[in-house]
Amino acid sequence: MQPVELSSVEIVTAIRQGDVSAERVVTAFLDRIARLDGSINAFLVVDREGALAKAAEIDRRRKSGQPLGPLAGLPVAVKDVLCTADLPTTCASKMLAGFRPPYDADVVARLRRADAVIVGKTNMDEFAMGGSNENSAFGPVHNPWDLDRAPGGSSGGSAAAVAADMAPATLGSDTGGSIRQPAGLCGITGLKPTYGRVSRRGLIAFASSLDQVGPMCRSAADCGLLMETIAGHDPGDATSLDTAVPPYTQLLDQPLAGLRIGRVAAHFAAGLDTEVARGVEEAFAVFKAAGATIHDVELPHARYGVPTYYLVAPCEAASNLARYDGAHYGHRCGPASGGKSAGDGATAFDSPLVEMYCHSRAEGFGPEVKRRIMLGTYALSAGYYDAYYAKALRVRHLIRQDYLDAFATVDVIGGPVSATPAFRLGEKTGDPLAMYLVDMYTVSTNLAGIAGISFPCGFTRSGLPVGFQLQGPALSEPLLLRAADRFQHLTEWHRRRPAGCSV
Amino acid sequence: MSLSATDVAKVGVLARLALSPTEVEAMARQLSSIVGFVSQLEELDTTRIEPLAHPLDTRNVFRDDVPQTCLTTNQALQSAPRHDGECFLVPAVLGETGAA
Repeated sequence: MQPVELSSVEIVTAIRQGDVSAERVVTAFLDRIARLDGSINAFLVVDREGALAKAAEIDRRRKSGQPLGPLAGLPVAVKDVLCTADLPTTCASKMLAGFRPPYDADVVARLRRADAVIVGKTNMDEFAMGGSNENSAFGPVHNPWDLDRAPGGSSGGSAAAVAADMAPATLGSDTGGSIRQPAGLCGITGLKPTYGRVSRRGLIAFASSLDQVGPMCRSAADCGLLMETIAGHDPGDATSLDTAVPPYTQLLDQPLAGLRIGRVAAHFAAGLDTEVARGVEEAFAVFKAAGATIHDVELPHARYGVPTYYLVAPCEAASNLARYDGAHYGHRCGPASGGKSAGDGATAFDSPLVEMYCHSRAEGFGPEVKRRIMLGTYALSAGYYDAYYAKALRVRHLIRQDYLDAFATVDVIGGPVSATPAFRLGEKTGDPLAMYLVDMYTVSTNLAGIAGISFPCGFTRSGLPVGFQLQGPALSEPLLLRAADRFQHLTEWHRRRPAGCSV
Repeated sequence: MSLSATDVAKVGVLARLALSPTEVEAMARQLSSIVGFVSQLEELDTTRIEPLAHPLDTRNVFRDDVPQTCLTTNQALQSAPRHDGECFLVPAVLGETGAA
């Protein structure tokens, strides 16, 4: 077998046993990136030199009998929303073009300590705002299953890199579905951990009460392997949970008998693609045959998830993105960038400093980021705060309560991860609201702070992957990974590879 | 619910975004449609529901008040668009603007 066909679990085992060198594995993936990424655009930076040096170091240490970390030699690509001190970190924004963070994100530091090899930074929607990866300032990512289609977003580069075997494992971030939805549209497995399970330090903030880092891999077992490294308490993130990290990969191999899976009838209402619905129903049947029981549950406020999310997230984003001021780091306008005013054409700027802020931000941010900053600023402004932001927080309470009620009778909730398979590039770019609706099955997980996993459960007639989502209570990652892993022992969907990307 | 160009221009000032007249016009249309969509939350009676700002049970996190290592001046300035080796350099904080 070629190294690029191996799973993450197989790669770390083979390197530890000396069956293959880290250098050979890393070279194989780097060569594949060089060959394929011109047409996919999943990577913003590839660190060939740094990756090969790290691989050589691991091989030397192994030969001399020194201890190796649990991910020794595993190539990992990291979404460009995570700070890396040795590589540019841009959030796919012109605002941060060339930005070099002064420190590593906690998860990046954990990967390095585990001896993973960071091969590059992956493309994304600018500041993680989007569901198609078309909001990147550095061009869209193309879905490896059909290059004319979007990979989903915002972690589209991470999903496409795994789908095209350019990396065995990647990290993504999920604020409203940004790990699960692209994983579903690209036929890979992605886990959004419980809020606080993984540190957010060095994750460039979008919506701080929703953001969470998670693994995107070929299988649930691989996601569990990554979680053992990236999860854990970080005193540098006050919202990080001080709770022991379970040995996820050792908890997979248990039968599903007795697992109670909830099914929400409203998930199958009008708007759900018939081929997606069929794949999802077949997945329920697989679980049932494996001994799980399926139960009807209701999430009465689920349909308010998207409108709640599109108030909470933009309000937090408007605050978080105020830090881009053209002064401390990031893009700064030139001395003569007149021609636009801060207001209606008649409003003068308060001072040259404010003029610099307004032009730097106008030049640095793309249209969707500006739209969300404007929406959040509007919803937080005097006279509207109670009607919009405070209202959304009250509905958020109802949405979380729905889940708590449902999890009193079932262990997990299953369903679609998105309403359609991958859509065409350009199909939704003209209508921001249509793009927001691609998040309808995923945003509530983040609003409630619980965990969710997405994995392939079938393909359409035209060969596009269909994803299945399982949501579970806070800290149910062991159960979600086990259920997905058992499903992947009974099905072959996660082993399929796009034809154009064959080894 | 609809936002006028004047509303959008006012929000642009608050958001520190210089918007062209074309952007203001497009944004008024798009934001009106989005605000109309999110306004469906009004259907729900939430008078007795507490706002949930955070998914976890909120609690204060304390640490001992001791100095810790922090960024050096050079590290803090390494990505600054303009600096003099000790300070960030910015245009005048007070006074009239030029071109605008």
